[in-house]
Amino acid sequence: MSSNELQGYKKTLNSPYTGIKGWIDSRLPLIRMMEAEYLKFPVPKSLNYFWSFGGIAMFCLIGLILTGIFLGFHYKPSADDAFDSVERIMRDVSFGWLIRYLHANLVSFFFIATFIHIFRALYFGSYKAPRELVYIFGLTMFMLMMATAFLGYTLPWGQMSYWGATVITNLFSAIPVVGDAILTLLLGDFTVGDSAVNRFYVLHWLLAFAIVGLVVFHVITLHMTGSNNPTGTEPQSWDETVSFHPYVTIKDLNATIFFFIILAFILFYYPNILGHSDNYIKANPMVTPAHIVPEWYFLPFYAILRAIPDKLGGVIAMFSSILALGLLPWLDTSKVRSCLFRPIWRYCVLLFAVNFLILMYVGGKPAEGLYVLISRIGTAYWFLFIFVLAPLVGFLETPRQPLTITNYLQSKKA
Amino acid sequence: MSDSKKPRRDFIKLSAMTLGGVGAASLLIPFISSMNPGKDTLALASTEIDLSPLEEGQSLTVIWRGKPVFIKHRTKSEIDSARNISLEELPDAEEDSARVQKDNWLVVLGVCTHLGCVPLGQKASDTKGDYGGWFCPCHGSHYDTSGRIRKGPAPTNLPVPPYVFLTDNRIKIG
Repeated sequence: MSSNELQGYKKTLNSPYTGIKGWIDSRLPLIRMMEAEYLKFPVPKSLNYFWSFGGIAMFCLIGLILTGIFLGFHYKPSADDAFDSVERIMRDVSFGWLIRYLHANLVSFFFIATFIHIFRALYFGSYKAPRELVYIFGLTMFMLMMATAFLGYTLPWGQMSYWGATVITNLFSAIPVVGDAILTLLLGDFTVGDSAVNRFYVLHWLLAFAIVGLVVFHVITLHMTGSNNPTGTEPQSWDETVSFHPYVTIKDLNATIFFFIILAFILFYYPNILGHSDNYIKANPMVTPAHIVPEWYFLPFYAILRAIPDKLGGVIAMFSSILALGLLPWLDTSKVRSCLFRPIWRYCVLLFAVNFLILMYVGGKPAEGLYVLISRIGTAYWFLFIFVLAPLVGFLETPRQPLTITNYLQSKKA
Repeated sequence: MSDSKKPRRDFIKLSAMTLGGVGAASLLIPFISSMNPGKDTLALASTEIDLSPLEEGQSLTVIWRGKPVFIKHRTKSEIDSARNISLEELPDAEEDSARVQKDNWLVVLGVCTHLGCVPLGQKASDTKGDYGGWFCPCHGSHYDTSGRIRKGPAPTNLPVPPYVFLTDNRIKIG
């Protein structure tokens, strides 16, 4: 074998740096990867503030993991100790109240950022080719997020924790024939109890780090295609891009600080406004609270669950509402990505967002009368949007010719 | 490698993969099995109850396997209302006589078959729903005086746990 053939083999040793930086980089090429992916990485120069919410969500995740580690130092996962250990964190542990309130409210803000992030993807067509996998990894993270949030909410072992856990785990009993056996297997007991809180705690940690792993995949796939932008057209030249640092880092930092000021306001003035007072009552397996309401970010999906009068049907509708969104890249038949240039689909997407908020509202109301009717209409539109409107509107509408990034920025200035 | 060797190599690969797959699948059994209730949990599986303090019309809630069990000393009118209906009216058709061992004693699991809440109706002050039995406040299921589902999202009747009368006034659940 000639030395020529071995040149590619030894590629990783040729670092562009010198000194200690070069010594490390030639052995662990992380420095050059970070420089290429985060400092010099080109992004379209037409990004608006909607593009900051991915970064904001990432900061929320980091905050949740840090506060979670410090809560874990004091929390005891057992049916006897869980509630008291959380009360001890609130009353006796130094700054325990702050760390717990931060953890609890960061989750809500994580969901706010994620909902806006997903809306951005729908409105500007970020889910369309070639970014399908970016979108799929995103939706997978969203589902893991919901699982992690649910598991975490059971840990304080209050009345809402306990009965929320009972209702949600009982969804598995809807599976024909083996449902009850699966439920017993998952809980390690015949009811939610000591065994469940122990394994929920372990899974809460495990899934949190699974999300971190998926963030890596989300970013790798994104960096293969580059960011989408409001026009939905790809940059035509280097002139239409800016480097990630300092342009995007500063902009995202600005948005993040603004976002966390709102969080700080809730945290210090209304720390319990997004929670439920019943969760300050210790879990009692013999008494069900009058109204079991899930956390606000589950309400749209809870509304879909209750809209279907059949137990198994409701469970299937709820889970498939998110799974079906994953089919959107293939069901949307339009060649144009951005809603800025799609006269009909634009209103379909906006209505989808409004419908999401309406479902959130009725999900928090008792399942009776008009609320049931509204939740059924909302559920119907959810699936109509994905399976009928997405393929059909692509054929029916005549989109405008999308602007290039340069023309778009000029038209905004004018 | 000559072509004649290929089927032999394929066979080795295939059988190695199959054996490896079977081995990996067998290894799953102890791990999945470990998630089930342990022997200590299963050992708590029976409860004995003295029924003598219960007057006609009164109810008692006891705990069996961590779940509430409703014991109801039924009145004559409650027994009649459970019996005087045709089975076609019931979403989960079941005779009242098949659900009790003695007509005046009803023993059912107090766990709503929809999503596991505890229905109301055990206390005199509780709302008992449209059929005089139990009402689940979570998603609005109504149960009759035999613990059968009559209205609402619950798919089946409140299940009857296994129990025996040890004497006239003493039962053992489980």
